[in-house]
Amino acid sequence: MVLLALSAGTARSAIVKGGLPWKPGAANPPTPVAPEGWRYFTAQEGALVEAFVDRLIPADDLSPGGKDCGCAVFIDRQLAGPHGRFEGYYMSGPFQKGTKQQGPQSAETPAQQYRKGLAAFETACRSKFSGKSFVQLGDQEKDETIKGLEDGTLKLDGVDAKEFFKLILKDTQNGFLADPIYGGNKNMASWQMIGFPGTHYDYREWIDRHNQRVTLPTVAIATHPNWAS
Amino acid sequence: MAQKLPHKDAVIIGLGWTGSILAHELTDAGLDVVAIERGPWRDTGTDFSITYAQDELRYRIQHELFLRPAQISVTFRNNAQQTALPVRNWGAFMLGNGVGGAGVHWNAETWRFLPSDFVLRTHLTQRYGANFLPQDMTIQDWGVSYDELEPHYDAFEYLCGTSGQAGNIKGQIQPGGNPFEGPRSRPYPTPPLKQGYGHALFAEAARQLGYKPFPQPAGNLSQAYTNPLGVTLGQCTYCGFCEWFGCANYSKSSPQTTILPVLVRKSNFEARTECEVTRINLDNTGKRATGVSYVNASGEEFEQPADLVILCGFQLFNVQLLLLSGIGKPYDPNTGEGQIGRNFTHQTMSTALGFFDKDKFNFNPFVSAGAIGMCIDEFNGDNFDHGPLGFVGGGYLGQVQTNGRPMETTAVPPGTPAWGSKWKQALRDNYLSTINAGGGVHASFYSYRDVYMDLDPTYKDRFGRPLVRLTIDFHDNELKMSAWLTDKYAEIIQRMGAKQVVKHPRKGPYDVTQYQTSHLCGGAIMGENPGNSALNKYLQSWDVPNLFVQGATAFPQNAGYNPTGTVGALAYWSAAAIRSQYLKNPGPLVHA
Repeated sequence: MVLLALSAGTARSAIVKGGLPWKPGAANPPTPVAPEGWRYFTAQEGALVEAFVDRLIPADDLSPGGKDCGCAVFIDRQLAGPHGRFEGYYMSGPFQKGTKQQGPQSAETPAQQYRKGLAAFETACRSKFSGKSFVQLGDQEKDETIKGLEDGTLKLDGVDAKEFFKLILKDTQNGFLADPIYGGNKNMASWQMIGFPGTHYDYREWIDRHNQRVTLPTVAIATHPNWAS
Repeated sequence: MAQKLPHKDAVIIGLGWTGSILAHELTDAGLDVVAIERGPWRDTGTDFSITYAQDELRYRIQHELFLRPAQISVTFRNNAQQTALPVRNWGAFMLGNGVGGAGVHWNAETWRFLPSDFVLRTHLTQRYGANFLPQDMTIQDWGVSYDELEPHYDAFEYLCGTSGQAGNIKGQIQPGGNPFEGPRSRPYPTPPLKQGYGHALFAEAARQLGYKPFPQPAGNLSQAYTNPLGVTLGQCTYCGFCEWFGCANYSKSSPQTTILPVLVRKSNFEARTECEVTRINLDNTGKRATGVSYVNASGEEFEQPADLVILCGFQLFNVQLLLLSGIGKPYDPNTGEGQIGRNFTHQTMSTALGFFDKDKFNFNPFVSAGAIGMCIDEFNGDNFDHGPLGFVGGGYLGQVQTNGRPMETTAVPPGTPAWGSKWKQALRDNYLSTINAGGGVHASFYSYRDVYMDLDPTYKDRFGRPLVRLTIDFHDNELKMSAWLTDKYAEIIQRMGAKQVVKHPRKGPYDVTQYQTSHLCGGAIMGENPGNSALNKYLQSWDVPNLFVQGATAFPQNAGYNPTGTVGALAYWSAAAIRSQYLKNPGPLVHA
């Protein structure tokens, strides 16, 4: 019996007939983030975001701070990629504001939202602190400023402060909790903190061990022994 | 100019669960069958590799296995006074894409509906009187009974290898199973899954409160199993990366793990992937389908003639295709006329979080499976007296937490700061000792005159065709039901020994950004006559007899259970009618 592999009639459309399509080595693994430099942020934006994430996730005895965990790198790489462009979203017009239940209706991509939001935030900071940039503030002043964004008392020119805060908070926390292959959660810091063993795939020995701590070593996609470098 | 292709006996639109079942049944009957699938080919070895399937960001947060709204979306509004706007990114529901459809990424919760669910209007009217039902509620009897479907539920469960504990075998109630279920002819093909600490503790609390908990029926298999087609599934490893993800173990029931390996080897079957059907073509009487038109990934158009057309897409797109092809009459909510687009329903989901003492309770939430869980059915359907309560409907309650994925399950008690060291501490202190079952209360969504689908006047898909427009909101009946059920659920969580229980009953308005399962139903419902339905009891179109429409599109209203078990049963039931009746004598199977 002849196994017919995917025979492409056109670029991507395929005819499947005669057997299961299969090609040796076919796979689509994630591309590991290289940690150096910025791909989207300017040097100033990068420094600002680093300072910001370091307050959202401060260094303490539970984990390193957001900056050392790579949260700013995570956000930068996401914004430089398809996610930053809203790739895959329905982006046809007309664009009109709707109810809260109808969801976001803006044509502004996350990458654009950060560029605008960070600039407006920096302007608001300098205005509030006699010309000082956010990165120059002490920790208490930084926290105060962030709280102002969070509750909307710090107004940003042309940007919804509360929505911008929610965006950067969500992205920072995702960077903290995601697999380290994406640039954040360095050394699986968050997973070690909470007790999530990571990318294990076989817990059959543990399902019956009720109320017992799982003692497996924490692993991630790129640190798993199955990963061939 | 569309290229006309050689004739096929049957063309199947969409190669998900129902497409795969129908393709297998029809090729088995000797037909030459082509299936046309909008998305890509997907398979375990190439797409759900065990080395990188466990990626929460990629598959759970960024939904890589799902349809992209850029390819096609829908518009939404709560009521006719609003302008519907596009769903630019999925929220309330997530749509599958590719071969296997939602069967690739589902939880595999495999339920049957209750016998009374199939005769809902008759049953509720008899018990409570016609005036008990809201005037604008449009629930109906299905036109098919549980007893007629039972052998086909059985067929789907044995195809899947479903793991469960029978509760009622031929009328005999079985200990440890669901005492409320309709009678089944034999036990499940494999034993129930093992349960984690949180799931087992819920069952114990439920028993103490006088309920009869049972393990959720699961298409994550408790042991290796070879199905009647000769396809073998593996044993579930409780990996906690189930729903939203493909399974790397071959242990989740899907078209890939149950049918496709056999189907694609048949000489009379062919699948064409990344080809989108744009229209079901009709002859000049409008009563006969001549085949379909489709577009491939390069934009080339084709016409595929066929004697039999089986529409097996997801519910939303089945309805869109019927409307765009001019099949049946579009529903008008003002006159009440027209069958296509009416009785559109979803699901009424809610939960309660339980925060426990971290020094006494360790739930290991990451040791889990998609359809794990202990459930009670005392408050589903009409299993309880609604008379004093002032609502109809119900759902199962269960500790059905499927995972401990960090971005999804790091709940913190109310009042915890959203960031900073206190946030980190709350994460650390609660992660292992919180019960957080998103699907804890899985309740019905009955149908209403003003909840429906039609074509949007403004927004288009990438072919320039109108998007489907959803007009949907919760009604008082469902919200009242949700509050009551959530209270019952919270009682059980409290009884488990929680130090704090936080209730999250469903509140209106219907919000298209908040996930509530992808159990969208209706729009081309089945029924007893063409005056109140689009399809007859065999899912055959009343308007176009050589067209059959599969899926939850046929549900006149949604019950308090996951729909896929019933979708599978209806597919086998419909296929049996096509094989034993239609093929011998093509034409309407029901004369009403």
